[in-house]
Amino acid sequence: MAIEVRIPTILRTYTDGKKAVEGEGATIDELFKGLDARHPGIRERLVDESGELRRFVNVYLNDEDVRFLAGIATELGDGDSVTILPAVAGGMV
Amino acid sequence: MLTITQDLHDRIVAHARADHPDEACGVVAGPAGSGRPERFVPMLNAARSPTFYEFDSADLLKLYREMDDRDEEPVVIYHSHTATEAHPSRTDISYAGEPGAHYVLVSTADTDDAGLFQFRSFRIVDGEVTEEEVRVVTAY
Repeated sequence: MAIEVRIPTILRTYTDGKKAVEGEGATIDELFKGLDARHPGIRERLVDESGELRRFVNVYLNDEDVRFLAGIATELGDGDSVTILPAVAGGMV
Repeated sequence: MLTITQDLHDRIVAHARADHPDEACGVVAGPAGSGRPERFVPMLNAARSPTFYEFDSADLLKLYREMDDRDEEPVVIYHSHTATEAHPSRTDISYAGEPGAHYVLVSTADTDDAGLFQFRSFRIVDGEVTEEEVRVVTAY
């Protein structure tokens, strides 16, 4: 089950500069665990200690933010594309 | 150093003024690798807050797809502070995810006599903030 994963600039240090990598998994959670096996350290940038997606990392399944689906448990199918983008956020405090 | 046209500078300022007292935010995209800000893309502050900004997540995906298709980068990422100086806050630093971008901060604190108007630019890389000179030009 091949899933295309699009990697943002800031995380390309984990993927030898590649903009997209292939992954596998029935859910986002499995996909990220699989990615971490090949690109050690990347999962920690995406998932917090409790196993949930980090608040300021956006993960999209095709065109949909997975927060509006089932979050880290969102199911994936063959040929799906997952895009990771750091949130653009900040504030005065 | 950030080199930017007067027109783009003025559009960023106008957006910050228009959204005051909420924080305004957006991007100026440019050809990948050029470092030249060209295409002004004001974004909606999904937080609609005087103390916080966040690009709407659907808009963010659309923006990055568009930049990818056009072989562009976010050369400038701008936002406004509405009551404090135009310097990256701890929040700004911890969420800064584009090490190649110029982070432009505008302060609209002068609107409410809370401070001076400012337009400043910074690099934020691995939590390190470096202010840089801003050169405003008529054209590139």
